[in-house]
Amino acid sequence: MTYHKRFDGRAFDEVRPMSAQVGIIPNADGSARFQIGDTVALCAVYGPRDLHPRFLQNPGTGILRVHYNMLPFSGHGDRVRPGGSRRSKEISMVMQNALLPALNLKAYPNTVVDVFVDLPQTDAGTRCAAITAAAMALADAGLEMTDLPCAIAAGRVEDKIVVDLNYEEDSFHDGCDIPVAILPNTGQVTLLQMDGEISRDMLKEAIGKAIEAGKKIYQVQKEAIKNSFAKGE
Amino acid sequence: MKDEILMENKSIVVPGEVLAKGMSFLPGPGTYRRDDVIVAKKVGLATVDGKVIKLIALNGTYLPRVKDKIIARVIDVLMTGWRVDINCPYSAVLTMKDATNEFIPRGADLTKYYDLGDHMLCQVVNVTSQNLVDVSMKGPGLRKLKGGRFIKVSPYKVPRVIGKDGSMVSMIKKATGCDIIVGQNGVIWINGDPKAEVVAVKAIKKIDKEAHLSGLTDRIAKWLEEAK
Amino acid sequence: MADEHIVKALAADVRYDGRKKLEYRDVKVEYGVSKSAEGSARVSIGETVVMAGVKMELTTPYADRPNEGNIMVNAELLPLSSPRYEPGPPGEKATEIARVVDRGIRESKAIDTTKLCIAPGEKAWGVLIDVVSINDAGNLQDAAALAAIAALKNARLPQLSEHGQIDYDATKTDKPLPLEREPVEVTVYKIGEHYFIDPLCTEEDSADARLTIAVTEKDTICALQKGGVGPLTVEDIDHMIGIAQKHSKQLRKAL
Repeated sequence: MTYHKRFDGRAFDEVRPMSAQVGIIPNADGSARFQIGDTVALCAVYGPRDLHPRFLQNPGTGILRVHYNMLPFSGHGDRVRPGGSRRSKEISMVMQNALLPALNLKAYPNTVVDVFVDLPQTDAGTRCAAITAAAMALADAGLEMTDLPCAIAAGRVEDKIVVDLNYEEDSFHDGCDIPVAILPNTGQVTLLQMDGEISRDMLKEAIGKAIEAGKKIYQVQKEAIKNSFAKGE
Repeated sequence: MKDEILMENKSIVVPGEVLAKGMSFLPGPGTYRRDDVIVAKKVGLATVDGKVIKLIALNGTYLPRVKDKIIARVIDVLMTGWRVDINCPYSAVLTMKDATNEFIPRGADLTKYYDLGDHMLCQVVNVTSQNLVDVSMKGPGLRKLKGGRFIKVSPYKVPRVIGKDGSMVSMIKKATGCDIIVGQNGVIWINGDPKAEVVAVKAIKKIDKEAHLSGLTDRIAKWLEEAK
Repeated sequence: MADEHIVKALAADVRYDGRKKLEYRDVKVEYGVSKSAEGSARVSIGETVVMAGVKMELTTPYADRPNEGNIMVNAELLPLSSPRYEPGPPGEKATEIARVVDRGIRESKAIDTTKLCIAPGEKAWGVLIDVVSINDAGNLQDAAALAAIAALKNARLPQLSEHGQIDYDATKTDKPLPLEREPVEVTVYKIGEHYFIDPLCTEEDSADARLTIAVTEKDTICALQKGGVGPLTVEDIDHMIGIAQKHSKQLRKAL
């Protein structure tokens, strides 16, 4: 079958409308909101801070903990039971791996940096939105980073490679979804997962398109951070 | 290829942003070299100082340095001293020896000197590689802080709150009549008339927010004048 | 512990942020902040922000109330919202907030639960209200109660499929919930001889006692919760209720 036109009318390599804001949670050491289409991620960073219990501490470096959480009313369908699931645990773990390569916590041995991402509204692409928000919040917290990670999904719907799948595409019967996190300066990939089936050639094309789209997301992140500083009169 | 600077002087940059290209430039604090480019490691103000590209960080956690005068709070009383919170991921220890010139007899009740929750202006005297920190009360001006209230600002903005030779904080003290002590760890003690304290807090928060902009002193002076 | 410095300022009727003792910070209600929910709202009181979302489910009525649907209120103090909160099941504070919000709604009969019944004894709507904290700068209780009511006001029933199941792919109906009344909650705090409302976190920490009072449009009281270890006299209570009645108007205006 041929996918002629995307369900929501976008071009095949077009990402949904994005908006970003930094410093949205005054209590946090760093925070950010990122919206892409109807998916919204709120992120707060606390730390580096004291880590308990003690056996979790690493005397060589600070550690990063990511907590991904869909709010109870944020799902397409029934209420999401609070309290975490196998899914949220796995996403938290891969997010950690996606962010850590950009982060240097050596100056903070025995401490922890906690990253909390809560999603009030979702329409596919939540882990990518969460990573994008988390990177901004980590930068806002003043942490040392070699790069500003961002993330976006590419995928296949029937015979077409598409970027930034929405719920309708993500749940389509013939296709696949490939979330990719990127270090925008070097083009290295720090998160890669896939659901569905795809040929080797198409996979390569999809990852290439995700990296390309990542540049647009990086621009939005960069602008949001710069805008968080008061302008002179 | 020509060596060139790729950012505006004194502009806000983000981690990963390429600031300059070419081997003739040197990476200063807050930046690193990747191949032939110099890249920002933090959010901050990027500046060019001759051939050195520097970055002044604007946010972040306090990391103690020897000789810093900081405001600490007693969180535990130990066998031979006190454990104090110093607004950073690491607590510090104040030993009996460094606490007072008085002789403290063996087995004395240490809470008579400093009790849980007490605040003090103290000085960092030792920091190890693992960030074990010792503080002391021996030095001019170091003392227990009684009454008043405490607020926090970004430790990176403390120099702006203090101002050149203490000019900024003196201006706020004069305008509000409050006693103000600024700890280098970002904790600030304010004690005065309740209404005046509110003005002082607002002025300090304004500095915290606008620290990266030029003309700060004049703006705060004007704001304080209007707040009267 | 009562902080003497706070008490000194209260005596001059000056709060730490410059307000008077009986003054709310700016109260703002935004509706429809989550498209995934059947109803949602974000409430900010100064720097305190909470969100509430309503989800609907199909349930079997309780055997002793075959003609009624039911409601549930849950609150989560997200670790995102304050360094004081940690991941894990709701603790005492979250549970108390949820239960006090629940009582205000339930006891004022804000929702006519008989109108939630679809088939007596067989099928009825369950209304699931979740309140979460986004930034805790004090007074989560009043903010949570206001957000819950606002989310209920904003809610529309989902479509039912031919088989009588919720059809999430269809757009929602335009049918609102049977919301008959709109209780709001005002928590009055006491330190020493001073009464005040809408506390900052430092004020919450040093208060002797608090009394949350759910007030209806008619100024009747539909739920109470005393908190804190300090005892209250009958005069205290009467005085605090007067304060709540008066200042409930401001919250109501924001709805």
